[in-house]
Amino acid sequence: MQREEVIKTVNHFLVEEIEIEEGLLTEGALLKEDLGIDSLDFVDIVVIVEKNFGFKIKPEEMKDVKTLGQFYDYITQKVN
Amino acid sequence: MRRVVITGMGIYSCLGKNLDEVRQSLYAGKSGIGIDPMRKEYGYRSPLTGIVERPALKGLLDRRSRVCLAEEGEYAYMATAEALRNAGIDMDYLEKNEVGVLFGNDSSAKAVIEAHTTAMQYKDTQMMGSGAIFQSMNSTVTMNLSTIFKLRGINMTISAACASGSHAIGLGLMFIRNGLQDMIICGGAQETHYLSMGSFDGIGAFSIRVDDPTKASRPFDRDRDGLVPGGGAAAVILEDYDHAVKRGAHIIAEVAGYGFSSNGANISQPSDMGSAIAMERALKDAGVAAKDIDYINAHATSTLQGDAFEAMALDHLFTPYHTPISSTKSMTGHECWMAGASEIVYSNLMMLNNFIAPNLNFENPDEYSKNLNIVPHTIEKEINTYLSNSFGFGGTNSALVIKKIK
Repeated sequence: MQREEVIKTVNHFLVEEIEIEEGLLTEGALLKEDLGIDSLDFVDIVVIVEKNFGFKIKPEEMKDVKTLGQFYDYITQKVN
Repeated sequence: MRRVVITGMGIYSCLGKNLDEVRQSLYAGKSGIGIDPMRKEYGYRSPLTGIVERPALKGLLDRRSRVCLAEEGEYAYMATAEALRNAGIDMDYLEKNEVGVLFGNDSSAKAVIEAHTTAMQYKDTQMMGSGAIFQSMNSTVTMNLSTIFKLRGINMTISAACASGSHAIGLGLMFIRNGLQDMIICGGAQETHYLSMGSFDGIGAFSIRVDDPTKASRPFDRDRDGLVPGGGAAAVILEDYDHAVKRGAHIIAEVAGYGFSSNGANISQPSDMGSAIAMERALKDAGVAAKDIDYINAHATSTLQGDAFEAMALDHLFTPYHTPISSTKSMTGHECWMAGASEIVYSNLMMLNNFIAPNLNFENPDEYSKNLNIVPHTIEKEINTYLSNSFGFGGTNSALVIKKIK
C-alpha cells in the first residue's frame, strides 16, 4: 500500500470518526498537543486501524511516534 | 425545615420529545406503544414496546460526550437540557454554582451485551473501544450528565428497580431539605433497545395482546394480561424554595412529601401493605390527609398481581374520598427505572393545565378495582395536590406528594 493511500485513509477517519478539523492534519502536527488525541481517543484509533488496515497497534512500537507524519510512516511500514 | 420546589422539567418519551408534545399526547390520550420487529427475531414472547426515537446528538454534543453515552444517557441528556432551559439555568450558572445530580437507572444492558459480543468476535477487549466502560456502568447516566453539564454537587445514581426515578426525587428532597444542597437535577432514565429487556420478557411479564398495541397496556382492567415496556428519560430541577424565589425562578410545584418502604417478602410479588405504608408516610411527610389528594398517578403497570395489590391499598386509603386515579402507563407502557420521574413530569403537566390524563383501556373493573374512581377518559380538573406511586422488584416502594405552591 502506497503512503498516499495510507494518508487518505487515516485523514478520512481522523476527520469523520475522531472529528478532528481537516485543516489541522499536517505532517508535522503533534498527535497529542496539536490534534488533541488523548489516551481514550487512541483506544478508538487502535480499533479503527485494525478494522481498516488489518493489524493491531502495539503501544511499544508507538513510543517514538509523535507527529502525524510519523504515524503515516508507521502504518505504511506495518502494512507493507 | 427548608421547602423544596420544582423549578424546571424536561421529558423525552414515547409520548413526545419535549414538554409541549407530551402535554398534547396526555390530553389527547394518545398511546405511544407499538411493535418492535427486532424483538420477534430475537425470540421475545412479546414484541410490544413504547416507541422512542433516538435523538440526533451530533452538533449538540462533542464526540467524547457522545461516545460515552449509552441509549438511556442520550435520552437523559435531552430531558435534562430541556429541564435546565425550563428552569432558566445556563452553563454560566452551572459553572458558578454547585448543582447536584441524582438519577434513577438500573441497567445499561445493551452496552454490556455489545461489548461482550465484540470481545467474543475479536478475542481482544481493546476492540470494545473507549466508550464501552462509560456506557456499561449502572451510573452511566449521572457520570455523563455531571461531565457534560459541569456539575459539582451530589452526583450518584439510584438503583431501585421500577421505583428508581421516584426515589431519586425523594432523596433529592432530603438533600435540599436538610440544607446540604440548594439545587439538584433529579430524574430517571430507561433504555428501550431490544437487547435491554429480553430477560424481563423471559419471565412472562409482558402483554401479548399484539393485535392492537394501543390496547395492550390496560392498568386495573379486568382483561389485562401483562405490562408493556417503555422508556426514555425525565428530569426535574429541585431547588430550595428561598433560593428559587431569590433568583426569580418560575416555581412549578412543591415536592411536599416522600414516603418509602420495603416489603421484606417475595422478589417479584408486590404488597398492598408495603405500598400503603409508603403512601401513608408520604402523606404524613407532606402534612396532608388522604382527603386532600386531588389526583393519584398510580404505579399500576397492567400486570395481574401488581395492579390488584395496588388497588387494594388505594381502596383502603382513598375510596371514601372518591379520589380520581389514572395510570399513565396505559399510554407509555411501563417506563421502569424512569417511571417514578416521568410520572411526576406527566402529573405536573396535568396540574399546570387543569386536566387528568386518562387510564386508557379501563373497560371493565375487576374485584379489586371496582371501588376505585379510575378515570377512563380525559377530564378537566383543578389539581392542587397529587400523589404518585412507584413500586419495584425486591419490594421497594416509593410515594411522592406534590403540591401547587401557595
